[in-house]
Amino acid sequence: MTAGAGPTMTRVRGRNTGAVAADQDAAGLGRWRAGLFVLPALVLIGVFLVLPALWTIYLGATDFQLTGTAAAQPRIVGMDNLLSVFSGGGFAGSLLLTLEYVVGSAVVGQAGLGLALAWVMRDRRGVLRRVVDAVVLLAWILPNSVVAFLWIALLDRDSGTLNALLGTPGFGWLLRYPMLSIIVFNIWRGTAFSQMLYSAALANVPRSQLETARLTGATPWRQLWDVVLPQIRGHVLTNLLLVSLWTFNDFTPFLLTAGGPDHRSETLPVFVYVTALTGGQLGLGAAISFVMLLVNLVIAFGYLRLLGRRKDGAA
Amino acid sequence: MRTATAMALTAFVGASLVGCGGPAGKDAKNVTLTIAANAITGGKNAAEANWLTDYVIPRFVAAEKAKGVTAKVVFQPSGVDDEQYKTKLSLDLKARSGADVIDIDSIWIGEFAQAGYVKPLSELPGKAAEDWDGWKQMSSAAQDLVRFDDKRYAVPIGIDGRVLYYNKALFAKAGLGTDWQPKSWQEILDAGRKLKTLPGVTPIQLDAGTAMGEATTTQGVLPILAGAGAPLYAGGKWTGATAGMKDTLGLYRDIYQGGLGEPALQQEAKGRDKSFQEFADGKIGILGESDYFWRSVINPKGGTAPMADRDTAVGYALIPAQAPGKGLRGSDFVSYSGGSVRIINRNTKYPDQAFDLLAFMNSADAVKAGVDGAPKITARTDVNDEVLGGDPMLKFVADRVLAVTSFRPPLAVYPRVSLALQEATAAVVAGRSPDDAATAYQATLAEIVGGAANIAS
Repeated sequence: MTAGAGPTMTRVRGRNTGAVAADQDAAGLGRWRAGLFVLPALVLIGVFLVLPALWTIYLGATDFQLTGTAAAQPRIVGMDNLLSVFSGGGFAGSLLLTLEYVVGSAVVGQAGLGLALAWVMRDRRGVLRRVVDAVVLLAWILPNSVVAFLWIALLDRDSGTLNALLGTPGFGWLLRYPMLSIIVFNIWRGTAFSQMLYSAALANVPRSQLETARLTGATPWRQLWDVVLPQIRGHVLTNLLLVSLWTFNDFTPFLLTAGGPDHRSETLPVFVYVTALTGGQLGLGAAISFVMLLVNLVIAFGYLRLLGRRKDGAA
Repeated sequence: MRTATAMALTAFVGASLVGCGGPAGKDAKNVTLTIAANAITGGKNAAEANWLTDYVIPRFVAAEKAKGVTAKVVFQPSGVDDEQYKTKLSLDLKARSGADVIDIDSIWIGEFAQAGYVKPLSELPGKAAEDWDGWKQMSSAAQDLVRFDDKRYAVPIGIDGRVLYYNKALFAKAGLGTDWQPKSWQEILDAGRKLKTLPGVTPIQLDAGTAMGEATTTQGVLPILAGAGAPLYAGGKWTGATAGMKDTLGLYRDIYQGGLGEPALQQEAKGRDKSFQEFADGKIGILGESDYFWRSVINPKGGTAPMADRDTAVGYALIPAQAPGKGLRGSDFVSYSGGSVRIINRNTKYPDQAFDLLAFMNSADAVKAGVDGAPKITARTDVNDEVLGGDPMLKFVADRVLAVTSFRPPLAVYPRVSLALQEATAAVVAGRSPDDAATAYQATLAEIVGGAANIAS
């Protein structure tokens, strides 16, 4: 995704200030020598990002499998995989679940809670601040497998902590509310990033402006809406872009629910895993991956457009 | 995207590993061999893991040393679900890496062979494998396990069979007596209804749903389907939404929509392990499983859900046909069997030494040491004669169950058909009608096996 972000932003800047001129070549390298410096990075991007993406497209056009005859001699099946991705019921349902997961846990949950925490904590120092920071950060830095185990212990049907606290023995949270469970899980898991980013952004809002707003009698809510948000709009969009893409591709829910019960928490990464590895249909899995890539690009493009508009407006 | 990157990386790393040099061949003096099995000390199949590290490796190394060869043998443990183990092995073999000697489920031989991941023993290592004297001791059922397209691909380890386990204490409490052998599905349901009167007891655990994986198919659908007189695959055709299939799913409906089974256990990620624990805790009345359950789960010594009073508290019965005489081939009782086998990695640097290790692991002494204190039905008849006498349950499987058992079709599409069957049972557990589930299953089946022409309906 970084590969896509670079050129787009350069182009936007270029459009604002006119064509690249000689006086902008501060290092005096010239186009070709400058290109030489960028080359290693481009090679790395090519080998580790572009080639696998192209390879995914190729695999998606075959009936390649993990085992069996098609593993030894895959045949080209063209668009068949893509057609069956769209005609089969699994993909559409899985895409909806994924969007639900992204909007619920990333956009509303992590970004919203992160901003709220950063706003509430903005002027606090001392023990409370340190405790909140530590708790939020701890959820973020623990390894996935450990965290998944803790949450299974929390939500377990027979001996889970939550059932013990609520006095509801035998209530299967992961079975009755699989999506809600993984959304709450991911909010808990990932809020730290948004909170830290917003904390840093809020520190950059000139205090004089906030002071002025306060003197004119603006409520905290108006201060946030009219003074702070316009100042940190870029941070908000960048944060949303990052957490949306991460969450869209997040595989951790698999550790909690394995996509079940009955596909009810089978987000797209899990759907790909189940299709390609458990089911052994690598070709079909690659075709789904390719569609996921397109959805990722659409999300990224949407946010970058918003960012670009902001810069145009500011110029 | 991420999957593809991982695959490309695996292939890349694998290829570079194979590229490493080193003296190889029949007369190598320094040999490194790796054994892979889904067994781990203190966890899954702990007895096998201990046998490998405590018996096989030191003894084999010593035996090689006597021949002037310095052998280094490493055990690569796993302790995961069979599906995950298979995925890992397939990726290893696809990437041309992995252990030299590998334990697999016999049902995987077909698809591994078709993928070129494993060669016939007559090619790798060749004549030595054909001339091995151990074959004479292998039972014919065990020899069938390792054949695909009339060629031997592996050395058989053991064979299993499926029965119905029941908790005698619960049966006594429900007024069913402690000696139970149902003769029809109806008798299972009748027993279940009586067990239901006991508080806190789940009467029947018949594996269902996708979370249980292959267990649902082998322990649940296939024996039931066989009891309805239908094979899964015969004469080039797969069984579709036949009357037998609908009856099979009908039994699932009677159990899970009739309050005789616990649907949540079939849906949870760790539901199978949990069902084992509940049986061991006396909360499940009847549970369908293979002898693995007896040996490795409720075994008071080293089981994952040990029952101190297993030998007296747990009964076992043959799985009945729908009604007497209605089973596959007109039988009264049915079962399904699988087995474990060992293959040689086609990319091993030391095929001859790998087979030596394989032969050593399957020698009478080693097999006997492996089942010491934890008997199981091995592929070797000489060992079975000696060790099974001490365990009436395993004797029961060897004598009574294997006589009526069936085997799964060893074809590459089988795992996908199996998944479709799991989905069908999941649908019924979730409350749909057997007819709907059977129709959906047949539609999926048609996609998998290439159209209605390959389906018997």
